[in-house]
Amino acid sequence: MKKYTNTGSKDTRSGFGAGMTELGQKNENVVALCADLIGSLKFDDFKKNHPERFFQIGIAEANMIGIAAGLTIGGKIPFTGTFANFSTGRVYDQIRQSVAYSDKNVKICASHAGLTLGEDGATHQILEDIGLMKMLPGMTVINTCDYNQTKAATIALADHHGPAYLRFGRPVVPNFTPADEPFVIGKAILLSEGTDVTIIATGHLVWEALLAAETLEAKGISSEVINIHTIKPLDDEAILKSVAKTGCVVTAEEHNFLGGLGESVARVLALNNPKPQEFVAVNDSFGESGTPEQLMEKYKLNNLAIVEAVERVIKRK
Amino acid sequence: MSNTQHLHDFTTQVRRDILRMVHAVNSGHPGGSLGCAEFFTVLYQHVLKRNPGFDMDGKGEDLFFLSNGHISPVFYSVLARSGYFPVAELATFRKLNSRLQGHPTTHDGLPGVRMAAGSLGQGLSVAIGAAQAKKLNNDNHLIYALTGDGELQEGQNWEAIMYASAKKVDNLIATVDLNGQQIDGATTDVLNMGNLKAKFEAFDWDVLEITEGNNIEAIIKGMEEAKNRTGKGKPVCVLLHTVMGNGVDFMMHTHAWHGKAPNDEQLAIGLAQNAETLGDY
Repeated sequence: MKKYTNTGSKDTRSGFGAGMTELGQKNENVVALCADLIGSLKFDDFKKNHPERFFQIGIAEANMIGIAAGLTIGGKIPFTGTFANFSTGRVYDQIRQSVAYSDKNVKICASHAGLTLGEDGATHQILEDIGLMKMLPGMTVINTCDYNQTKAATIALADHHGPAYLRFGRPVVPNFTPADEPFVIGKAILLSEGTDVTIIATGHLVWEALLAAETLEAKGISSEVINIHTIKPLDDEAILKSVAKTGCVVTAEEHNFLGGLGESVARVLALNNPKPQEFVAVNDSFGESGTPEQLMEKYKLNNLAIVEAVERVIKRK
Repeated sequence: MSNTQHLHDFTTQVRRDILRMVHAVNSGHPGGSLGCAEFFTVLYQHVLKRNPGFDMDGKGEDLFFLSNGHISPVFYSVLARSGYFPVAELATFRKLNSRLQGHPTTHDGLPGVRMAAGSLGQGLSVAIGAAQAKKLNNDNHLIYALTGDGELQEGQNWEAIMYASAKKVDNLIATVDLNGQQIDGATTDVLNMGNLKAKFEAFDWDVLEITEGNNIEAIIKGMEEAKNRTGKGKPVCVLLHTVMGNGVDFMMHTHAWHGKAPNDEQLAIGLAQNAETLGDY
């Protein structure tokens, strides 16, 4: 299988910050809004370089979403930033009415998504946000896997017209996406070709999928690994093409299995080419305090869990 | 100075439109709409500096945001009669495939509407964002917003009110329709909000009151004064004292007509009290 090299682990949120820094320089319509989490969202450079285009809203996320919607009227491209929980569940109705239904060009950028937020516990570890956002008509939903991809996605979003949700995280994770790889919204990335199983992963689970594929290769199982950074609109074609070859699929995501990537993939298969599928996802529960590694192990969201899921799904072929 | 006779005639026709629109579909919100007929008329026919046609970005013109979207009948009537879309389209209000949805939306491309409203408490934040965009664009036109009074029970308003003064959003005039009524009764009974003037002032807004909020001349005077107070470092709040159901005697001074349409007989009485002026749609 094709090997990927970690060029130096970094957090995906720093990729977002780097993307914002670049956007600040090259697109004067880009504005940033933050609800008292400048450091966490890596907004420091943007704020320093473009103070007139940076809006500190305070701890008032509902107001932040509304102000962002208003800023689009006049041609601005607002990027809002706070934790994923406060970016979605807390302000669902504001996003629904003032952004999605009003078709406003707001980019809702969410850090600290999922269990890997770690020790703060379940109040802050949202595992439902992909579902909440993908159910909104017209909303683009993106979950990036590493620093370079997050930076590229951030920059790409400024040229995309329409509401979008960009999900990334807190922990330092391997960075393996080539720095010059273009980010195409809605286009899956085939990371590794294989014949026995398709592993479709998003976010932090993409690297784990690559690790799992190596383990499986040693066991004589050939895995095709697909990086789905855009959950909506989903790249149905890439999924169907791969599953037509392998005949089974494992989806992997740092999210509840209800409402996540796995269900979106299952729908595509059910409509076109029903095949066995296993879900590496949180089993309809809240998270808890712990280190990211401990939590990903306990909730079975790591490469070992993917290997086990592959072995299960292949038996069902 | 506009001809105030024109404004009176315009208001009367708007009242007729409101009654006929909600009667035709036996649904909608006539009470708050009637209470704001004079305000909307003065706003669109006298106060707002508007460009011809409709452009979503609204650069180089004053913009208005309606937060209490349920008073869509008055909004639609005034928009249509101000040239944003054909007056005949008022007949489609709340009907299938209409651009005139129960609550205003941008979703179907109705000219004049820049933001969906209906779920309460969101419009003021949006208006603040639009005001800050004006500042970034060095556009010295003003942003106007209208909220209901009961709507101020929604917490997001107070986030917005706190923010607007802290960030000196002084190109914003937010009007509160103080009719004292909400669905379940008087605002003082449902959830007494106390002294709203003192509350806005405590949040460092410049507040003025229009005590005769259904008097066209008083609204003109008050809104001119509000305009004079912009650009001085504080957002401006106008407390507009209105009578719900104004202009239709049996609908006045009660919350009963907040969201109820008149029957055939009641419509006839209401229309008789407001003789046709500009021509029915």
